[in-house]
Order: sequence, then structure tokens, then C-alpha cells
Amino acid sequence: MPDMTSLAHPQQRSFNPYSENGGTILAIAGADFSVIAGDTRQSEGYSIQTRYAPKVFRLTDRAVLAVNGFAADGNMFVKKVKQRLEWYRHAHSKDMPLRAIARLIQTMLYARRFFPYYVYNILGGIEEDGTGAVYSFDPVGSYEREACRAAGAAQSLVQPFLDNQIYFKNQTPALGTSHPAHLPLPTVLSIVIDSFTSATERHIEVGDGLEMYVVLAKGRNLQGLEGVRGMQELTVTDDGERVFVVRRDLKKD
Amino acid sequence: MFRNTYDSDNTVFSPQGRLHQVEYALEAVKQGSAAVGLRSKTHSILLALKRSTGELASYQQKMYRIDDHIGIAIAGLTSDARVLSNFMRQQAMSSRMAFNRPMPVNRLVSSIADKAQVNTQEYGRRPYGVGFLVIGQDQTGPHLYEFSPSGNSYEYYAMSIGARSQSAKTYLEKHYESFPDCSLEDLIRHGLHALRETLQQDKDLSIKNTSIGIIGPSGEHEKGISPAGNFRILDGQSVDVYLKTMVPKDMSEGAVLTRAALAGLSGIVPTIVTDEDVQMAE
Amino acid sequence: MDHFPTNWGRPRNDAYDAYGTHPIPQRPYNGHQDAFADAVQRTQQPIVTGTSVLAIKYKDGIMMAADNLASYGSLARFKDVQRLHPVGQYTVLGAGGDMSDFQYIQHMLEQLSIDEFTCQDGHNLGPAEIHEYMSHVMYARRSKMNPLWNSLIVGGYKDGKRFLSYVDLLGTTYSASTLATGYGAYIAQPLLRKAVEGREDVLTEEEARKIIEDSMRVLFYRDARSLNKFQIATVTSVGVNISESIQLDTSWSFAEGIRGYGAQTQ
Repeated sequence: MPDMTSLAHPQQRSFNPYSENGGTILAIAGADFSVIAGDTRQSEGYSIQTRYAPKVFRLTDRAVLAVNGFAADGNMFVKKVKQRLEWYRHAHSKDMPLRAIARLIQTMLYARRFFPYYVYNILGGIEEDGTGAVYSFDPVGSYEREACRAAGAAQSLVQPFLDNQIYFKNQTPALGTSHPAHLPLPTVLSIVIDSFTSATERHIEVGDGLEMYVVLAKGRNLQGLEGVRGMQELTVTDDGERVFVVRRDLKKD
Repeated sequence: MFRNTYDSDNTVFSPQGRLHQVEYALEAVKQGSAAVGLRSKTHSILLALKRSTGELASYQQKMYRIDDHIGIAIAGLTSDARVLSNFMRQQAMSSRMAFNRPMPVNRLVSSIADKAQVNTQEYGRRPYGVGFLVIGQDQTGPHLYEFSPSGNSYEYYAMSIGARSQSAKTYLEKHYESFPDCSLEDLIRHGLHALRETLQQDKDLSIKNTSIGIIGPSGEHEKGISPAGNFRILDGQSVDVYLKTMVPKDMSEGAVLTRAALAGLSGIVPTIVTDEDVQMAE
Repeated sequence: MDHFPTNWGRPRNDAYDAYGTHPIPQRPYNGHQDAFADAVQRTQQPIVTGTSVLAIKYKDGIMMAADNLASYGSLARFKDVQRLHPVGQYTVLGAGGDMSDFQYIQHMLEQLSIDEFTCQDGHNLGPAEIHEYMSHVMYARRSKMNPLWNSLIVGGYKDGKRFLSYVDLLGTTYSASTLATGYGAYIAQPLLRKAVEGREDVLTEEEARKIIEDSMRVLFYRDARSLNKFQIATVTSVGVNISESIQLDTSWSFAEGIRGYGAQTQ
């Protein structure tokens, strides 16, 4: 063991303003829906701080934001985004469109380029043209629109699984057939649930609870969502997109 | 042009102990089209008369949403109203940010009253030329406040501001005792009747010139209202159902009082409407 | 939750002060110094520290406990310090970490309560509002790289609802039906979770008190920076109550049988 009281090499013992609070988030876009999910465990090191700390937030009836990384930064960031959206409502008497929220998030993240929000954001929802969309961000604001994305502690476990199941990587279609461009909602929900139960098995920072938000395009039927256990509607307006949340338990060990 | 020697700066009292600039600001409120506010045990509502400068112009917006639980109706200078309502929105949001608590309505009204008071005392400033009716709900129930450029704010069971608002006040004073137990629909009908009193002889309320603001649980004719009863503004076609509930104007009741008679009734110093100094179009 | 306040907000480093004996006397240092650092003093390490705070929900409200010790490194320096602080009529704040920062927080909340009280308009700050406010204070200070070196538990009861939540020097927040800071996060939290989770609505005050006292006893046995003298706060529909200091019965007779402790007979 090194000499603990030696002052020969003065140690830099500056304050570290960041921490890492575990958990994983994930979003998948369908043709006319979007699913955004996250587990509810919050941890630091080997300690579970709480079994229920939401990481996924409804922003509007057509946009849902998942944040993962340093929880204090994440919560503050979501609060700030929500206030910006409220100002937009004051100015324009409508909700901000999804792609505009995505650009807003980029500028808000980049504004803190030299003292970043240590969070990975995934924004899911419905675009103005009615298509399901997922935007993923890095902590300083680089972003792109994708069909699916996993982030957080178990990203390295979940993303390859999604690449295979959503993008059909390393799969060859049977002769004379082709892979579908978009998967139906029940299939996507199954993939999300499987992703999280598997991540819970293999990663100590994932578990306790699962929250899956589903955003449906305007005028669509529930596409099999009506029978889903633990489903709850969160829609506020009555003439546009609809938002639902499905809550499930994950293993607590 | 001055009315007298003591009105060029608002920091100078007249020998009668009056601040003339402040009183002129109150005149600006009276030039704006009327707004009426009422409160029951469950609801607070606003009704306002929108003006249009002509057939080709749109109608002026008379109501603003401040937060989920607060809304205002304005009378007077719209540009001043925009500045103040923006300030109110900031206050409401910082309360949500710092305490995760909807701003108590009385505190928000006090905060703009304090702001207005500064303008009646400091050199080189002018008072705001706009008055508000503020409705809101908080832990202590629904509320209705009046804010005026003098820096005063009072809570009311019912109130009206703007042009010919004394006629509306007369109606409200006659009926206010029944308001606490009114349903939302009855409350709106009373409000419309009061608002109608402010109209000129040949005019009538229509879906084009009437705005209704509501805070409180969903009414019979509403759908898709949040359980919290957030502030909402009804304009255009959605106002129609309430206009239809109005009792046709009965001239024999003698409800239409002349302006001169009202001035005598009110006990306030009568204002000479012909003054050419104060001309502030909206 | 690291139980050495000195290590809070720092990257893990077992090679430096692994036993948390800080503060040690600083020796003169003649190497490079940042000119700017001299002008402004920021909290770089806690000096006089408090250890664990425990809190649970029970049938009638919430219960919180913290001992009366404020340590100076490994020295038990102040033995009659109150680490539970009432805020308004519905809230208790419990603090671990730097005690001078905690006193600053107490003054700040006192001023806040006075401002709220003087409004006299029927609106009062509840535990949820105070926790939200504290989380912003703590996060703002960490963002200025000048943290308040504490881990705080805010508990309360208002409008028929229990509230229990945590915030620390990084601005990290969370809620649960059992909370523990410092060493308590390792030692007491598992005991509390086992005793409380799923029984929040049936636990009586006596049962809750037993759970808290047992946990405090275990902490006294195992945490070198703890004291066998503590206070218990409850917040219920009746209001805030912070007890006088409590001493628990502890038994050390078993130690006689341990080789290496006391007189050796063989």
C-alpha cells in the first residue's frame, strides 16, 4: 500500500461535480408510433439509492424525453426543457413540434459545452408528418434521428440486441422474402421488455421497475395496446397524438 | 397641453394631495374595452369585450394565460399589458422552478402591484396604462383580483374594468349575492349580462367580440378539460352556447343608466369625457 | 453513499486518506500555486462533520434520527450538536457532512420561513417545496464548484401526505420510504428496508421508534464516528416534534470473550 501521509507529491483533490447514477434507457420508433422506456433504479457505486426514480418524462402529447447519466443534471435539464416548452406555448398557443424540440435540446446541451450536463438524452415521439421518430444525443448536443437507440449503463448489452432485432443485422431473410421496414407495436413492446429483463439479469445497475411510454400518431387505433397490463393514458389534449405509459416490475436483486 | 400645473411629473403632488399622472393612467384603463370578472365557490371567470378597428381588422386579444392556474383580462394599453403579463409568467415559472409550487395568486398580484407602485413614485417614469382582472386558483380556492396602474390590488366577488364598466358594476352589485352558489353556466350568464351592459345601444354580444376565460372544474358544455380545472380561454364558436343562454335585453327594466347618472351614483369624482389631453387608442 | 464526508464529491481514491482521518495539520507547501485560488476560498473539504441520518415513513407520518456528534477528523470534537432542524410547521431537515455548511443552511431556511410567514396569506411551505428549494440551492452551489458539503434528508407531513426525500452536495435527489446517509447507507439502510418496505401504512409510532432505535444502536456499535446519544424527530398531523437527546442501552460484556480485547488471561 502506498504511503498514505506522504506529502512529497501533493495530490490534486479538487471537487468533482459529477456522479453516475446507473440505469438504462431505450427508444424505438415505429411507422406511426414511438416507444420510449427506462428502468427506475437509481444507484451510486454499489448502493441502490431508490427503486423508483423516473428517467422518462412526458414533455408534450407528442414528445417524450428519456435522460440517463448524472441524475442531478438530468432532472435539472428536463425541468429547463419543460420551461422552454411552456414559453413556446405562451408565444404560439400550441405545443412545439418534435424536430424543433430536438434542435432545442441540442442548443441547450451545447450551451454547456465546457461544463456539460453529464446526461445522455433520447427523445421519442411523433413528427408533424405523423411518423414515429427517435432522436439520440450525446452530452454536448450531437444528435441524429434514428429508428432505435439504447443508452446508459447497459447500452453495450442492449444496443447489439436492438441492431439484430430492429435493423435485422446478421439476419438473412428467407429466400424470396424481405425484412419488414417497421415492426408492429406489440412486437416492439415485447422487444423492449425482453431488453430490460435481460439487462436486469446481467447488469447490477439495472432493475426494480420499468416505465414504457408509447406515443401514438393522430387518429390511430390502439394497435393492441388496449389489452396491455399496467397501461395508463396520459394524454392532455383531445384532438391529437396520444401518450400512454406502461409500468412493469423488474427484478430487485 | 396640461390640465393644471401639477401633472407634468408623477412624483409631484398637487396641493390637493393627488398625483395627476396616476389618475390619467387610470383614465387609460377606462378607454379600453370592458372586462368583467366573477367568482363562485368553485370557479373564477372572466368575460371581455374584444374591439376591432374595422371590418378588415382582427379583434384585439383581451385575455392571456399566465400559468395553468392563473389568467388575466386586460383593459387599456395592450403593449403595457404584454410587458406585465410577461413578468407575471416569469414569476409564475420561477415559483414552479424553485419550489415546484404554483404561485399563490395573491402574491403574483402583489408583485405586479409593487412594480406599478414604483412607477408612481420614481422620477422619469410613467405609470402603466393598463388594468387587469386576474383570476386564479390555489390552495385557498378560486380568486378574483383587480390590478390597477395606481399600484392598488384588491380581491373581489365580482368586478369590472374598462369602458362603461360602471354599468356592468351596477349589474354585478345587484346580483353578486347569488354568485357563490352559481353553477359555471349560471355564472357565465351573469357575466355576459353584466358585459352586455357596457355595450352601446346599437351593439350586441357576438361570438366575434366576446371572450370567456374560466378557471375551475369542467362545465356542462366543455370537454377535454384537465381535472385540475386549468385556465382556458373560449373564443369564437365555443362561446355561442353561452350566448344562447342569455335573457334578451328588456328595455322596460330601466337597466340602462345614463353615464351622467352613473357618475353621480359612483361617488367618484366625475370624469369629463371631453378632455382632449387623454387620447389613447388601443 | 460514501460514509467519509471527506471523500464525498471526489473520484474514488483508496490510496489517499483511506481511513478518513482528515483534517490533518497542513504543512507549508512551497510549490506552484494558482494565483486565483488565493483570492477566493471555497469548501474543498469538510472540517467538522456529522455522520449518518436515518429516516422512515410510518403510519402517522415520518420519523428521523441523527446522533449529537460533530467530529473533527477522527476526533469526537462536539458531543452536543443537534443535526435535526425544524423548518416551518410541517418539515424536518436532517444533515450529515460539514456542520458549518449545515448552520449556513439553517440560517438560510430560517430567513425563508420568516419571509413566508410574514406574507400571512394562508400559504405555507411544505416539505416538498423545501426539498425542491434545497435541491436547487445544492445544485447551484455544486455548479459554481463551491458546494455545501452536506447530505440532507428532508422529511415532513402536510395535507395528509408523508414526504421523505434526499439531496446532497452534488444536487442528487431521490425519494424512498426509507433513507439513510453516510455510514447508515451501508449499515442501517438494509435493516430499515427489511423492516419498513411494504408496511409504511401499518407501522405504529412505537414500532417505528423501535426500528430506528435498533438501527441507531447498530450504527453506534459499528460506526467509529458515531455517538450513543441521539435525537428522534417525528412529523405527523400534530406537527413537528424533536425529542430530547436519547441514550441507548448497549452491551459490551461480550467483548471480554474476544481475544485481543481487555486483559488476556492466557
